[in-house]
Amino acid sequence: MGFKVVVDFDLCESNAICMQIAPEVFEVRDDDFLYILNETPDEGMREKVEESAQRCPKQAIKLEDLSSEDE
Amino acid sequence: MNSIAIIGASLAGLRAAETFRREGFDATIHLVGDEPHAPYDRPPLSKQILAGDWEIEKAWLAKPEKYDELALETHYGVAATGLDVGGLAVSLDSGTTLAVDGIVIATGARCRTIGEPLAGVFTLRTLDDAIGIRAAFDAAPDRVVVVGAGFIGAEVAATARELGLDVTMVEMATAPFERSMGAEMGAVLADIHREHDVDLRLGVGVSGFTGDDAVTGVDLTDGTHIAADVVIVGVGVIPNTEWLTESGLDITNGVLCDDTTLVAPGVVAAGDVARWHNRHFDETMRVEHWDNAITMGTHAAKRLLHGESAGAYTPTPWFWSDQYDRKIQLAGRTTGFDRFELVNGDVESRTFAGIYGRGGRIVAVLGFNRPRHVMRYRALIDSGASFDDALAADI
Ligand SMILES: Cc1cc2nc3c(=O)[nH]c(=O)nc-3n(C[C@H](O)[C@H](O)[C@H](O)COP(=O)(O)OP(=O)(O)OC[C@H]3O[C@@H](n4cnc5c(N)ncnc54)[C@H](O)[C@@H]3O)c2cc1C
Ligand code: SF4
Repeated sequence: MGFKVVVDFDLCESNAICMQIAPEVFEVRDDDFLYILNETPDEGMREKVEESAQRCPKQAIKLEDLSSEDE
Repeated sequence: MNSIAIIGASLAGLRAAETFRREGFDATIHLVGDEPHAPYDRPPLSKQILAGDWEIEKAWLAKPEKYDELALETHYGVAATGLDVGGLAVSLDSGTTLAVDGIVIATGARCRTIGEPLAGVFTLRTLDDAIGIRAAFDAAPDRVVVVGAGFIGAEVAATARELGLDVTMVEMATAPFERSMGAEMGAVLADIHREHDVDLRLGVGVSGFTGDDAVTGVDLTDGTHIAADVVIVGVGVIPNTEWLTESGLDITNGVLCDDTTLVAPGVVAAGDVARWHNRHFDETMRVEHWDNAITMGTHAAKRLLHGESAGAYTPTPWFWSDQYDRKIQLAGRTTGFDRFELVNGDVESRTFAGIYGRGGRIVAVLGFNRPRHVMRYRALIDSGASFDDALAADI
């Protein structure tokens, strides 16, 4: 179980929608770049990160399942 | 509930479909859309796709695998022509009638036009519109005239300038985006367009176009004539509610929902077509922005499945607009604002954030290349903070 947050920084335009939904994971700082605070958040954060992925205007956020990656 | 029909196969409709599945609904979902394509994203149409930076494929809202997973009965290229509200049945122009247990109205909006169709005069709403405009730009026109300096107009003007085209933009109001950001901030945006060599004509309307087979120019209400071989009309949109004319529903400026997105028993609405009373702002609104189509599509799906426990729909509306190298964002409602203060940066550098107040409360935030500030103040708007507390906040 568990998942990894992957952002395509070529697509990301730092509009901070993800940060509003899941500030525990995403932060846009004063330099206007997006930082991922926690690449492998707890399972409890999955719903919020999925919502961020849905509402990212650039479709820049992906959730990768850690278990399927190990297979 | 055994079957659901979603009418309108675009952003709000697709997000509703995804929500039904995520919430465990595993029976039939019909997705009906009158465009020939699977759902695609509209914002890139005036930006990356028009600029030629993106392949069209990048604009699809979902990959084919996603549709396998969602298992939708898709009806593309098919229009809904009527709704029987009591019988929960939708008639289609294919001759079929879908009798279902739940209906989502997500038919969006289309562009307002001026005059009769004429070659060289375009509006921009669909993928095919964008492809047509791009081809007209590629033919190296002498001058592009943009009518209306709202969202679509201002973005098309910016993209056309970046392609090196000569652009004149005509706007009836005294500033671009005047209605959403006020005259003072609209004037800043006007300056940005002038700095990029857009010939901006404010406070003047269009009385007609010249040309027989194809457009040759634009006549303005002040008597001026501007020669043009391409004209883009961006003068707002009209909600697509004609198919509901006989339904008995209130379709004055969009289909009217209650505070929770419910239109009638078993019927909800979402996105650009939907008008509802937003309790948080105590205002009945119809929002024509991307993020609202997503959140309202999601909310409406939950409302249909779970009933009143889904609660009222009370978002702080938000939009962004990309013009040149500026990312403009506005969250909240500026309607009737009585205060405005800059809270970060300065207007001269075109990099700033400012907040709007009404009746002592913070009601909106505007940012030019200030996404972080917009999102932080948006949270304060969500929480109903006072204007003074917002001014004093450490952001
Ligand atoms: C060029 C462009 C750029 C934009 N840029 C931005 C931006 O930068 N930021 C932002 O916040 N917003 C932007 N928007 C607005 C955003 O795209 C819309 O708010 C969003 O598309 C609304 O989604 P919707 O699903 O409600 O409606 P729509 O996207 O309008 O979809 C409705 C669908 O229903 C179909 N339909 C209509 N009638 C029927 C019928 N009778 N039967 C079957 N199907 C029907 C329509 O053909 C359409 O496919 C932009 C819009 C455009 C056009
Ligand atoms: S929402 Fe998307 S584009 Fe915006 S900051 Fe987050 S990842 Fe980047």
